[in-house]
Order: sequence, then C-alpha cells, then structure tokens
Amino acid sequence: MSTSRQSRIPVSSAPQLAVVGLAGGVLSGLLGIGGGSVVVPLLVLWLCWDEHRATATSLAALTFAASIGALAHGLNGNVDVARAALIGIPAVGGVLVGTRIADRMEGDVLLMLFAAIQLIVAGLLIFG
Amino acid sequence: MSAVDVVEVLAVGVLAGTIAGMFGVGGGVLFVPALTLIVGLSQIDAEGTSLLAMIPVAVVGTVRQYRKGLIDPVKVARIGVFSGAGAVVGAMLAAQLPEDTLRKGFGVFLVLIAGQLILRARSERRERLSGDEVRPGSE
Repeated sequence: MSTSRQSRIPVSSAPQLAVVGLAGGVLSGLLGIGGGSVVVPLLVLWLCWDEHRATATSLAALTFAASIGALAHGLNGNVDVARAALIGIPAVGGVLVGTRIADRMEGDVLLMLFAAIQLIVAGLLIFG
Repeated sequence: MSAVDVVEVLAVGVLAGTIAGMFGVGGGVLFVPALTLIVGLSQIDAEGTSLLAMIPVAVVGTVRQYRKGLIDPVKVARIGVFSGAGAVVGAMLAAQLPEDTLRKGFGVFLVLIAGQLILRARSERRERLSGDEVRPGSE
C-alpha cells in the first residue's frame, strides 16, 4: 500500500491550489458547511492527489477558514466557548481515532466512504 | 442541559472528530445539528460555536498527519489562505441569497461530485486489484 501512495505524489501549481482554496472557502462561507466537502474532491478528481494526502491537507487547511469564521462570529457575540469545549474536546480524541482508521484503509475505499457521506449530507440539504 | 444531554453531546463530539480525521472535513455537519437540537443554541450561535470547536480538532489532526508525512505545509498554506478569503466572500454572498435555494443547490452539487468520486474510486479499485494479481508473490 505504501508503494501505491508514493506513486502519486501530488504536483500542483500555486494557482491551482488557490482555486481549490477559494472554491472551498466560498462554499463554506455560504452555508457554514466545511470546505472539506469541496476541497477533497477537487484535490482528488482535478489534481489527482492520493486520497490520504488530500484528506490530511484539507483538514490542515480548514484551520484557516475555521479560525477566521470563529473570530468573525465571536466579534458578533455568536460563539459559546464553554459549549465549543464540550463538543470540541471529545472531537479531538475522535480525530486521533479517525486518522488511525484512515491509515488502515486503501485510498479507493476511503474515497467510496467519502462519497457515501457526501450523499447523506446532500440528502439532508435537499430534504432536511 | 441534563446529564443525558451532556453525554449525547460528548458522543457526537467523538463521532464528528472521527469523521473529521478520516475524511478531512470539519465536523460541522454534525456539530451544528447537535448544538441546535441537543444544546438548544440558535442556528447562528451553533455555526459560530461549531467553527471554534473545529479549530483544536483541525490543529491536532494536522500535527498528527504532518508527523505521518502526509502534509506539505506550503501547499496547506496556499489552500488555506485562499479558503479564508473565500469564506469571507461566501459569508457576504450568503446574506444576499435565499438560504433554501442555496441548500438545495449545494445538495445537488454534492450528489454530482459524489457520482464522480464513486467512478474514480471504482477505477482505482480495479487498478489496485489488477496490480495485486500482476505482483509475482514475494519477488
């Protein structure tokens, strides 16, 4: 598995990455839904990145938009710090579990599950 | 909030974090409904609180994946800076557009993307399986 991952080292130009970031950011700002649902597919489908690198990079890039968004909402008094800790701290434990699970999965399996989650989210958006 | 509510919120937190780590998404899809339905926050407070809750998740996940060799910080910064700028534009556009249309439109968009992802996953799977057959045992 390690060889297949190394066989697709991402080569992407700075403008391409800027487009990925802008697209993810605009859509996350529009609906408050994370840009990951756009950034990961763009990296995999358009720039042909390996799934494990794409999801790791998306998670890291989220820090920017989440920080700016939290700051903007905080200035408007729309952030509850205690409740953020209540749900965010267990989620930190979860992220360590999730990254380990992803390690053990082939890229195509991870991508198929990602698509399944996209469809569930799409259903919630359309019919919810 | 009752003790049961607290346990539910903690459980949703763990699940959202797991999904974030597996798929590189923020977890807001689970955070926001939990914060409105269980905690009783308004939609706007839930979105702001969800964004704050996402930061430690993304930071810890990033450190972990960096150590694993999966992250190039320069590429992350290129995507991240533009996504931050894009988020500001998106938030301004959101104020001008009807939310229901946005939600349904984005939903349809996600279905189209999911279709493409499934096709890609299937072709990669075929590639992987045929590669395994060609590989001559231990040679």
